[in-house]
Amino acid sequence: MIVRIIEFIGALLEGPLLGLGRIILLLGSTLKLMARPPFEMKSVVKQMLEIGVNSLPVVLITAVFTGMVLALQSYTGFKRFGAEGLVGTVVALSMTRELGPVLSALIVTGRAGAAIAAEVGTMRVTEQIDALEAMATNPVKYLVVPRFMSGIVMLPALAIVTDIVGILGGYVVSVLLLGTNSRSYLRATWDFLQVQDIYNGLVKACFFGAAFTLISCYKGFYTTGGAEGVGRATTGAVVYSSMTILISDYFLSAWLFK
Amino acid sequence: MIELRDVHKSFGENHILRGVTLRVERGESIVVIGGSGSGKSVLLKHIIGLLEPDRGSVLIDSADLSRMDEDGLHEVRKKFGMLFQSAALFDSMKVWENVGFSLKRHTRMNDSEIRDVAVRKLGMVGLVGIEDVMPSQLSGGMRKRVGLARAIAMEPEILLYDEPTTGLDPIMADAINDLIIKMRETLHVTSVTITHDMKSAYKIADTIAMLYNGVIIARGTPAEIRNTSDPVVSQFIEGRAEGPIILEGIEK
Repeated sequence: MIVRIIEFIGALLEGPLLGLGRIILLLGSTLKLMARPPFEMKSVVKQMLEIGVNSLPVVLITAVFTGMVLALQSYTGFKRFGAEGLVGTVVALSMTRELGPVLSALIVTGRAGAAIAAEVGTMRVTEQIDALEAMATNPVKYLVVPRFMSGIVMLPALAIVTDIVGILGGYVVSVLLLGTNSRSYLRATWDFLQVQDIYNGLVKACFFGAAFTLISCYKGFYTTGGAEGVGRATTGAVVYSSMTILISDYFLSAWLFK
Repeated sequence: MIELRDVHKSFGENHILRGVTLRVERGESIVVIGGSGSGKSVLLKHIIGLLEPDRGSVLIDSADLSRMDEDGLHEVRKKFGMLFQSAALFDSMKVWENVGFSLKRHTRMNDSEIRDVAVRKLGMVGLVGIEDVMPSQLSGGMRKRVGLARAIAMEPEILLYDEPTTGLDPIMADAINDLIIKMRETLHVTSVTITHDMKSAYKIADTIAMLYNGVIIARGTPAEIRNTSDPVVSQFIEGRAEGPIILEGIEK
């Protein structure tokens, strides 16, 4: 009986532990290969465009409406106890500390993470990754490193854009629609905002960029089972990346904003 | 030149290779035949180090692949050209970029020089004027030819062919056979081909070896294989459903 229970627990844990082990190994070889020439700059730039620039429209829309709804909601809520003056502060702190990095990361994961897993997964099932190796090219160096580097650079960049546009969205709703005084709104925004808020938000974005590119590449890399497998890898990449972003967000925030 | 010594490989419970021993001499053209799922592709991937044996060893020019670090393995792989079953062209690159991929990565040639070489190699496999086309616009036979041009781009010593004629019409299949023979005659390469197409095997092989139940059960010249008395080999080469070979999932 006890043996069976242990076997059951073992069988349950085998898959996740194997996955975790492979991701850690992939991270290790990615970090090692990042430092080794050639630096694949062309490929990095291409991925930066794909991950960062091409995500910009959808990130902008998300950011502006998030800032707007945040201002609207906090205004109507805070009005109940006469704290409408703090709306600017709430928008600025929420955007920089939390929503800028997390929302942009989730959006980019849905777009670029899925695309990475699908592309790498298709390369796996059509033997293109074998072909890379057969031509003496390390597939981690060629495929994973440029995506990983772009994720680390582009997510903080997108988070900054989200911060700014979100704050602007909040300003538009508060000042133009709800009639808050422009100067006092801006003062509420700046007075309580510290460099540390922005900086810590960017550290989180950097971590999210590393996490979603690594998970998506890993899912693509270990794809099996043809077209269906590519579909599974793509879904898995988005689900696991999003979960990782949301869960790690709590722990990173607890650590960074002590 | 190529030597496999008692190579074993399992995937989970599935013991695919059960002690393969095979020697290929320089300049030889060997064809490994065997049914679907017999482990032919696994065998081929061991030769170029894409898979590592669980037991046994693979030697290329007397050097054991499993004792090499990654850089060493990469150096050995530069001696190889491989044509994949599905051609495995990079769909994000144009035809000439595919053909010139190794040159771009392993030589100091500039793009226009690489393009010239690619055009020349494409000419060798009978393709003219398609260097700027994307692989997705090519037919199966053309993809295989581009794959072959890519395999010979670095002037390899050894060419590996993974089911070169599978999925092609009979005329295109024969054209690929002729190309394989031409590659051997003009480039003097050693070649290892895996196939279940007997017509192709008879045409391109100096030596035919049959893989069955994870081991090489027969090896000989095409004439010797054709006149074999081994019931397993004769069933396979004559393509009979009746015989000692058990087809998975089919009740007799």
